[in-house]
Amino acid sequence: MAPLIVIVIYAFTNGQGQFTLENLTGFFTDPNTMGTLFYSLAIAFVTTVVCLLLAYPIAYILAMSELKTKSVIIMVFVLPMWINFSLRITALKEVLTLIEGNLARYPFTNAVVGITYDFLPFMILPIYTTLSKLDGALREAAMDLGADDLHTFLQVTLPLSVPGIVSGVSMVFLPAMTNYVVLDMLYNSTYIMGSLIGSYFSAYNWHGGSMIALILLAIICLFTLLTTEPGEENERGGALL
Amino acid sequence: MVKILKRAYLIIMLLFIYLPILILAVYSFTSATQIGAIRGFSLQNYVTLFTTPELTDMIRGTLLLALGSAFLATILGTLGAIGAFYSGKKVSTLITSLNQVPVVNADVVTGFSICILLVVVFHISKDTFIPLVAGHVTLCAPFVFLSVMPKIKQMDSSIYEAALDLGATPLTALFEIVIPQIVPGIVSGFALAITLSLDDYFISTYTKPAMFDTISTYVVNATKGSQTTIKTALWALSTVIFAVVVLIVIGMNVRALQKEGGSHAKE
Repeated sequence: MAPLIVIVIYAFTNGQGQFTLENLTGFFTDPNTMGTLFYSLAIAFVTTVVCLLLAYPIAYILAMSELKTKSVIIMVFVLPMWINFSLRITALKEVLTLIEGNLARYPFTNAVVGITYDFLPFMILPIYTTLSKLDGALREAAMDLGADDLHTFLQVTLPLSVPGIVSGVSMVFLPAMTNYVVLDMLYNSTYIMGSLIGSYFSAYNWHGGSMIALILLAIICLFTLLTTEPGEENERGGALL
Repeated sequence: MVKILKRAYLIIMLLFIYLPILILAVYSFTSATQIGAIRGFSLQNYVTLFTTPELTDMIRGTLLLALGSAFLATILGTLGAIGAFYSGKKVSTLITSLNQVPVVNADVVTGFSICILLVVVFHISKDTFIPLVAGHVTLCAPFVFLSVMPKIKQMDSSIYEAALDLGATPLTALFEIVIPQIVPGIVSGFALAITLSLDDYFISTYTKPAMFDTISTYVVNATKGSQTTIKTALWALSTVIFAVVVLIVIGMNVRALQKEGGSHAKE
């Protein structure tokens, strides 16, 4: 907790230790930093949607299937989480280089693919957990009452799996805004929020960096408040292992 | 028909996930410096990986850091969870919500703020490894807390009270009664802590001594450079880690199968 208080103090002071709002107003009036904020939001948004669209069917198919081996298959899907992310991105980078020739040509796509590749398991697992806990009788009831497959899915299964989706989204969206290493490694030189902190860090500008950190923190808090329903346990810990 | 489509989708997604790793694994056994090129079989990458001091030091350092900080984080997280459970409702809620902060926080922010606090404000040199270890412990301890807490809640508290009634001091009761009951939570917390520490990049970059590298920071720097021997040796490293992970997972599953007679454990 102490580090966060220090961040707040540093964010609102300048090099001489005086109180200032310059860092804050500087961020919101500088077109560069604002551009960065929107670029990160765009990347995070697209990545989250892509992850969700890819992960939901996987989780759904596996949760609904009668295969005895489905817990093994889900294991196989999330196993890459234990491999160091930088090595996985190296592998992805080699393959993308082979396909695209020059990585610099599609920076945005590469960033999305990279982060999706990195975080897909974090989206699959919570959705799978929620779906497999779902009471099958509810679906059968809907069917008995005359709903077809599509209606059953849209009006029963999907709404009931929202908690899983929410926890998956929160595990992908936030890292996507800040994980600038993935972009770095894939030769995307456009800054996202995380890279701003990185650049202030290399420049020893503690006050500017603190302000960015504080803004990120505010976004995170807002996001957590929006997505956490009272009494809900955070599943990131459980999802990892 | 639908069934085939479903199967196909799963297989395509598995390919998306595993193909890069497997391609890299295949090429790590050749002398090619780039994938796509076809070269002969070679173990040179593995020789480089295990004989270059720079690489072996980096791997040993990463493992030591992970083990050390996971150990400290497990002690802190477990004590924190026990403390939170046995304190009043208000304190308990406070600790639990404070514990959530590093969990939901972005790693960049955690790393940067720890660097500011310890290095900039308290002038602790990064060369002491104190900021680095502190950073990793901060990252891992909350997750240990989260995996120990449910076990404490499941615990039968009357045994603890019985021990006290039978004359045990609270400390003896803690070690003899409470800790043995929550061992599964502690173990999975410890494993989680090791994984987190091994995978971390941001906290390490902001707090590590200049001459020390973890696997993550080393790989990230190496991809920016153009040293091909190192680059292909890292392919070998990726393959070794992949193999180790697969073996561990298989081992755990086999053990779980033996233990539970057929029912399957997620870990």
